[in-house]
Amino acid sequence: MPAEALRERSASTWTAAAPILEIRGLTTWFPVRSGVLARTVGQVRAVDGVNLSIRQGETLGLVGESGCGKSTLGRSILRLVEPTAGEVVFKGRDVLRMGPAAMRRMRREMAIIFQDPFASLDPRQTVGDILAEPLEIHHLRRTRRQRQERVRELLDLVGLSPDFSGRYPHEFSGGQRQRIGIARALAVDPSFIVCDEPVSALDVSIQAQIINLLERLQDQFNLTYLFIAHDLSVVKHISDHIAVMYVGKVVEISTAKELYQRPLHPYTGSLLSAIPIPDPAVERNRERIILKGDVASPVNPPSGCRFRTRCFKAQPRCAESEPPLETVRLGDHLAACYFPLE
Amino acid sequence: MHLLELDDVHTNLTLKAGVVRAVDGVSFHIDAGETLGIVGESGSGKSMTALSIMRLLPSSGRITSGAIRFKGRDMTGLSEDEMEDIRGTEIAMIFQDPMSSLNPVYRTGWQVGEPLQIHRGVNARASIAAAIALFKKVGIPDAEKRVAQYPHVFSGGMSQRAMIAMGLTTSPSLLIADEPTTALDVTIQAQILELLRNLNRDSGMATILITHNLGVVAGICDRVIVMYAGRVVEQGRTEDVFAHPEHPYTWSLLRSIPRLDADEREPLKPIEGLPPDMMRLPSGCKFGPRCPFAIKRCAEEEPELLLVRDQLARCWVTQAGTSLRESADAG
Repeated sequence: MPAEALRERSASTWTAAAPILEIRGLTTWFPVRSGVLARTVGQVRAVDGVNLSIRQGETLGLVGESGCGKSTLGRSILRLVEPTAGEVVFKGRDVLRMGPAAMRRMRREMAIIFQDPFASLDPRQTVGDILAEPLEIHHLRRTRRQRQERVRELLDLVGLSPDFSGRYPHEFSGGQRQRIGIARALAVDPSFIVCDEPVSALDVSIQAQIINLLERLQDQFNLTYLFIAHDLSVVKHISDHIAVMYVGKVVEISTAKELYQRPLHPYTGSLLSAIPIPDPAVERNRERIILKGDVASPVNPPSGCRFRTRCFKAQPRCAESEPPLETVRLGDHLAACYFPLE
Repeated sequence: MHLLELDDVHTNLTLKAGVVRAVDGVSFHIDAGETLGIVGESGSGKSMTALSIMRLLPSSGRITSGAIRFKGRDMTGLSEDEMEDIRGTEIAMIFQDPMSSLNPVYRTGWQVGEPLQIHRGVNARASIAAAIALFKKVGIPDAEKRVAQYPHVFSGGMSQRAMIAMGLTTSPSLLIADEPTTALDVTIQAQILELLRNLNRDSGMATILITHNLGVVAGICDRVIVMYAGRVVEQGRTEDVFAHPEHPYTWSLLRSIPRLDADEREPLKPIEGLPPDMMRLPSGCKFGPRCPFAIKRCAEEEPELLLVRDQLARCWVTQAGTSLRESADAG
């Protein structure tokens, strides 16, 4: 029996009691090239040793500022970019060690929704073709009629009229296009979806429609989400747990409620205090932590804690060694900080 | 006399597909030292209002009627030279994307000091010295070194600071900021908002802040204007508009956004339907088709912007004395 088939057989030991997804030491570096010979002169440490786990049916929110590596992390899990090292264990099997055939089967289990519904839909395909394509690729519906039936079902699921299948993406508004993006992700009947900034490009009045749709679909199909966004208000609303990233590292992880009520890492604290609350009475009396400077470079990250160059609590120790995520542990609330917030 | 006053301004965009009434009868004013927020979604006319004030409309755009008075003088009839003078000295505008507003082939210090050379007859050396002082004022570290650098080495937050510095060069009495923090990360957004707050307090400069972010408005604006389909639908003091919105659009918008300080996770209450198609606006109230409070009259006649409690609102329902909150609780 080929090695791959053996591994697949042993994987059946996974049960829903264990996390559906476990990421261990995930690392994705991109080479920085320079000169006529394009020699590698450095590495962008986009994702640098991340451990995370998600239980089935839950939403893990992933927040951080632009360039912190949160999108690269999402794409590394799906192998849309190849990670440099680490393990991505999905339902008991390491995705990163799968051969092409197993990976192809795995792609039916995992899907992604992108930020920009304008760029992620092929303008020359009708909505029906866009939604039928994954069905064809994965041989999920044999006949054309069966595929058409499934396309109508998918459109209905995301709140669009089944009669829209003959139309092209440009005929739809931003919110409708994002619904099409969601329908495409659902086409293969996945159990895990990476939602990469799914509402950031939408008008404020449309965002809530899409968030509610994602929540309804999660309940209906017991979906597991990795929800990546920079808007902490949205992430707090939709997530069970939240992980905060800074320059390639997870610096804090906890339940959504606890993270908001008792942030431990100074970066999380300043991130929370920077988010405007739409209520003048609250907003004008808030204590703000205004950070100095800009996000550190992932090419030459600072020694020790990567946040120390902007941190208001930094001590000499922070430059000497890097605090692991388990430095502070309060139940399942972890923070990578030697001098956490009170 | 107000610092700036718009009186029934209409701006049309003539496109291939037809004429869009991008700004459709907008009136408001702003005084020295005030911060006025203009909120609305894409296509609501908030940016076109700002570009009408600056006379920086795209070639398809034209102000068809109304007056825009700055210090009592109607600017709609001014020549391009006269406008140029006002833009350089009295009214400054900063944009969402600072990277595309800075010229990549000139040193930042030169660009920031240039208005002084053009409008105040200052020499190059003195304009660079002024740029250094401005960089310090807007919180750019190593100002002496930074003025000699080109824009591409500036981060997003630094570019926006440089843009603001450029806007402040000639100490304008009005700053128009169009989504100045939308392209920035939240921690950098907080820095820029703090800067705008301090500038406003220290210099008495008036600021018009255009944004889609209601949280930003709550934190920094004295008064707020809510726009929908090219119209002002609500206008008032920020506390009043947020405490008891009198237009159903404002009311729905405030209920549809997740709040960081919300206790429990309850489903959001989205605004149904789609933003209006500016080519095919509905009759009557433009928000009518999406409005949970709409009555028969709303589809027939468009309401005026009238006083409701402490603010102005363009709504038949609240003008008749109905409370949106009570009506929603009852329904």
